[in-house]
Amino acid sequence: MSEYAATLTDDLLRPLLKTSARFWILVVLLLGVVSLGVGAFAYQVNTGIGVWGLNSPVFWAFDITNFVFWIGISHAGTLISAILRLVNAEWRRPVTRCAEVITVFALMIGAMFPIVHLGRPWLFFWLMPYPTERQIWPNFRSPLVWDFFAISTYLTGSSLFLFLPTIPDFALVRDKTTGWRRRFYGILALGWTGTTKQWHRLESAMQIMAIAIVPVAVSVHTIVSFDFSMAPVPMWHSTIFGPYFVAGAIFSGIAALIIAMAALRKFLHLEKYLHPVHFENLGKLLLMMSLLWGYFVFAERLTTWYGNGVSEMTVFWQTQRLSFAPLYWTMVTVNFIVPVTILSFKRLRTIAGCVVASFGVVLGMWLERFLIIVPTLSHKYLSYSWGSYRPRTPEILLLIATFGAMVLFYVVFSKLVPIISIWEMKIGQHPQLAHEHLTSDEKATIWRTQP
Amino acid sequence: MTAIYGLFDKPDAAQRAYTGLKRAGVASHDITVISAEPFEAFEFSHRDHSMILFRLALVGGVIGFVSAVLLTRGTELAWPLVTGGMPVVAWWPNLVIIFEMTMLGAIVTTVVSLLVASKLPAFRRGLYDPEVSDGKILVGVPLSAMPGGRTEEAVREALNAGGPSAVKTTQM
Repeated sequence: MSEYAATLTDDLLRPLLKTSARFWILVVLLLGVVSLGVGAFAYQVNTGIGVWGLNSPVFWAFDITNFVFWIGISHAGTLISAILRLVNAEWRRPVTRCAEVITVFALMIGAMFPIVHLGRPWLFFWLMPYPTERQIWPNFRSPLVWDFFAISTYLTGSSLFLFLPTIPDFALVRDKTTGWRRRFYGILALGWTGTTKQWHRLESAMQIMAIAIVPVAVSVHTIVSFDFSMAPVPMWHSTIFGPYFVAGAIFSGIAALIIAMAALRKFLHLEKYLHPVHFENLGKLLLMMSLLWGYFVFAERLTTWYGNGVSEMTVFWQTQRLSFAPLYWTMVTVNFIVPVTILSFKRLRTIAGCVVASFGVVLGMWLERFLIIVPTLSHKYLSYSWGSYRPRTPEILLLIATFGAMVLFYVVFSKLVPIISIWEMKIGQHPQLAHEHLTSDEKATIWRTQP
Repeated sequence: MTAIYGLFDKPDAAQRAYTGLKRAGVASHDITVISAEPFEAFEFSHRDHSMILFRLALVGGVIGFVSAVLLTRGTELAWPLVTGGMPVVAWWPNLVIIFEMTMLGAIVTTVVSLLVASKLPAFRRGLYDPEVSDGKILVGVPLSAMPGGRTEEAVREALNAGGPSAVKTTQM
């Protein structure tokens, strides 16, 4: 094995084989945060949905905000990874798995919220499309049923997209370990040996999956936007919502990816593999998405303002000047002004600069989802039915717990699976390798038989 | 079944052994090459190219499409709900379901095809050496695959031509 490959393997297997006290302290802390959310949820199930701040006319608030936000974050991984694979971007190699993991866990967290929000979550299986004795079939004209299909497809596709390229790495860990680890990774490796046929099939499968997953990812957030835009409600019933949501999802997803990569780089000492250039490239993508987000907001706001419809302008002014204005302008600042200011200058597009901008974007995109939902529902059409909304403790705890859960899942995953694809990193060292030691006769023999 | 294999440090050396085995009369499909990473630039990697997974993915997509059409249309006709003034069989919203199930069909078929084509999960391991995970490239052949009159010595000679770090015999 070359010195590089040996160092790479050692560096990336170290987190799996050595556990520090710091890891356990972090896990316990995160479990504490998650248990707060579990407790809040148990309290809600036991007492009833009245423990939330929801009341007529605001029946969607924190939970649906969390749902849209986490589904958006999920766009970090599989979509970005698939695009980078399809365009064969060499710099993708250390990034793809870090990204794909975010998708799977964010989707799991996001998909949980419609179930939490049901009020009677134990009846969630009513969403599933199967005939029952109740003779009630799911209504395929409901956007909530579309959500079920879209999220199930994306979660299945993303999980498989994450799992397939880890199989060779599981085989590597199997061969490098003993005892329970050897048995555990042996099962996960499915008996992979690495024959040329297996490699070809794996690479073909990854290519097909990458092609398939891009439209699925786009469809998922478009369908999430349909939850709103299919309703004739002020500021929701808009054709711009599909692409606006997709752009926002990719935007927040890239921000989450940058934060995750910076944390991995620091805590797992992956400085040799996650270089400043990776952050700079992702920073450029974040800048582009920030500009695109600004464009969508401008297009949406200008169209509404120009149309000057009474009900639409009521919601519009709530966010521009009235009760929701502080949140709205915070959102604009952290989603547009801060990232554009930081990321436009190469000198500021450092790892620290990208992380600061990304934290702002994550906050801003959560606010954006909240501001789409609550101002509209609280100021819908007739003024006698207007209302207000303030979150209560269980909702806030549940929100905090989702962030704790995301970090916990990520930490545990990076403890069990090499967070950077080892075999893909090794391929990155290949280009100049082939045939460099062969004589011209031998090269001719080899290439004569090639397709 | 007895097999003989060599372990090579470099892909060029593995390629020399592979070429030597072919010159010795071993059919390319009888030669096993195992590595911890794919080596696309070498001939030994090129013999297993196939478009079968792409074709099967397409078939999976078609199956998903047909299933979705049957599910949505069948459901709507079996339980004719009128919603929002839409027709009972409402194709525009059905397209959402049809799209998702088509893609799901393609994705799941791809993974199943990969597992079947790669013979995974493999409960009995065939020709393998854990040193592959240390970066060695295994080139091996079952002795039964040797053409008539050839001996183990001929295989060893071909493998040694590549300059292996080790040549081993194993029972598969």
